[in-house]
Amino acid sequence: MVPSVVVLLAWMIVPLVMTLWFSFQRYNLIDPTTTGFAGLDNYRYLLTDPDFLISLEKTLILVGSVLIITVCFGTLLAVLFNQPFPGRNIARVLAISPFFVMPTVSALVWKNLLMHPIYGVFGAMARTIGMQPVDWFADYPLASVIAIVSWEWLPFALLILLTAVQSLDHEQREAARMDGAGALAQFFFITLPHLSRTISVVVMIETIFLLTVFAEIFVTTSGGPGNATTNLAFLIYARALLQFDIGGASAGGVVAIVLANVVAFFLVRSIARRLEV
Amino acid sequence: MEATPLQRVLATVIGWGVALLLFFPIAWMVLTSFKSEGDATSPHLLFSPTLESYHDVFARADYVTFALNSVIISLGGTVLALLFAIPAAYAMAFHPTHRTRGTLLWMLSTKMLPPVGVLMPIYMLFRTAGLLDSRSGLVMIYALMNLPIIVWMLFTFYKEVPNEILEAGRMDGAHTASEVWFLLLPLTLPGVASTGLLSLILCWNEAFWSLNLTSAGAAPLTAFIASFSSPEGLFFAKLSAASTMAVAPILVFGWFSQRQLVQGLTFGAVK
Repeated sequence: MVPSVVVLLAWMIVPLVMTLWFSFQRYNLIDPTTTGFAGLDNYRYLLTDPDFLISLEKTLILVGSVLIITVCFGTLLAVLFNQPFPGRNIARVLAISPFFVMPTVSALVWKNLLMHPIYGVFGAMARTIGMQPVDWFADYPLASVIAIVSWEWLPFALLILLTAVQSLDHEQREAARMDGAGALAQFFFITLPHLSRTISVVVMIETIFLLTVFAEIFVTTSGGPGNATTNLAFLIYARALLQFDIGGASAGGVVAIVLANVVAFFLVRSIARRLEV
Repeated sequence: MEATPLQRVLATVIGWGVALLLFFPIAWMVLTSFKSEGDATSPHLLFSPTLESYHDVFARADYVTFALNSVIISLGGTVLALLFAIPAAYAMAFHPTHRTRGTLLWMLSTKMLPPVGVLMPIYMLFRTAGLLDSRSGLVMIYALMNLPIIVWMLFTFYKEVPNEILEAGRMDGAHTASEVWFLLLPLTLPGVASTGLLSLILCWNEAFWSLNLTSAGAAPLTAFIASFSSPEGLFFAKLSAASTMAVAPILVFGWFSQRQLVQGLTFGAVK
């Protein structure tokens, strides 16, 4: 047990302390003359920087939209794929497949093969029914990113919620049906309450991953046009590895860590309740 | 519950409709990979299939390098993490102390650290240590990244092994090491295998560290695919061929490890 704890501790503490340390420093890799203690300057610049506030807003929109889409459809699909129908197992496997596709592949397949206004499938479909094809990434950049990320995470929500639906007590539903509860009533008064805990777990896990969506933005829009799709993760990346502003990027990193920790706190608590040692 | 015939038909139609819709981008990618570059830009279903793009992708000799990097880094990260995780999970499952619970939860919490928050220090450390664009650097990152999940999964598998079996082994004079190797490992082999599989999938698809810490020498497939994003790189068929090859093995693994995935990714909160 000791070696694992030690390496994890090092992995956890060393970068964390360094991030905190850098965030109080004037430190730019291309300008070695700016050094020294910056106090809270990096944070002041960051918090008054309109780009930062916009990136926070984009992050929240991205996380919120993907959560709503994946959890709502995930729940409905979990109930659907719990119904018996021919070929159900194959259909399930097809439906959860997107989760195993690497992010750079999903992003580029969507961007080029599907959403490209001239060569993409969507454009071709629009032309067939006599409509103007939409240039998705130019006109609705954030919505396009949301679509891709939702496609990747819907299978995750579906998979986990399906596991929970399957553990639903059969007799309870039978009893409800005997009492004359319709399909809708059963869904709202039995299935949904049963799923509430699982839904909260899905929401928290997804939030932690979605707060730092990066590859999808990196290969499709590079944060643009302008800063239309610059979320917090991409802003920090740009500050750090494009502008080499270590201090500023680290201050952003601290903000990201704090945000994730708020969510993590609740997640760890809800998992702790189930843990038996 | 007996479904009426109408409900059955509805479930079949909607179920298959949704499944095919969600799978469509992947199917389309595979389809496009068999088109010639000229056919690839027009969304027709009628074309003469060709392996041209696969040839072209392989002809770029570096494709093999990228694929090899992916394999080495994913396997390396998984094996390294298992080496650390097996003793840890063993200790916590069979010799719990009052700190075990806290340690487990703390390990879980390390997984919540957003990678972007520590991008800067890791980048600087790697730069100083000369680990940028090196396979061993990524192996370490991936091992650490997945260590909490692996420890958790192994812990839940070990918990199901009755302590008496191990005690019997100890009576017969087995050391801790041989106890783990000859008793525990064979008993929990399916569990360890599926844990490793999950770790492989996560490493293979990881695209934050691989994009930021590698450039050419150690770049895995995620980074290779990303290089198709440049505006002049609009080669749909080649992109599809490279993507299909990058995704296919992991997709098959994923299909086989669905169950473990649920457990591993939710830290046992959903069973």
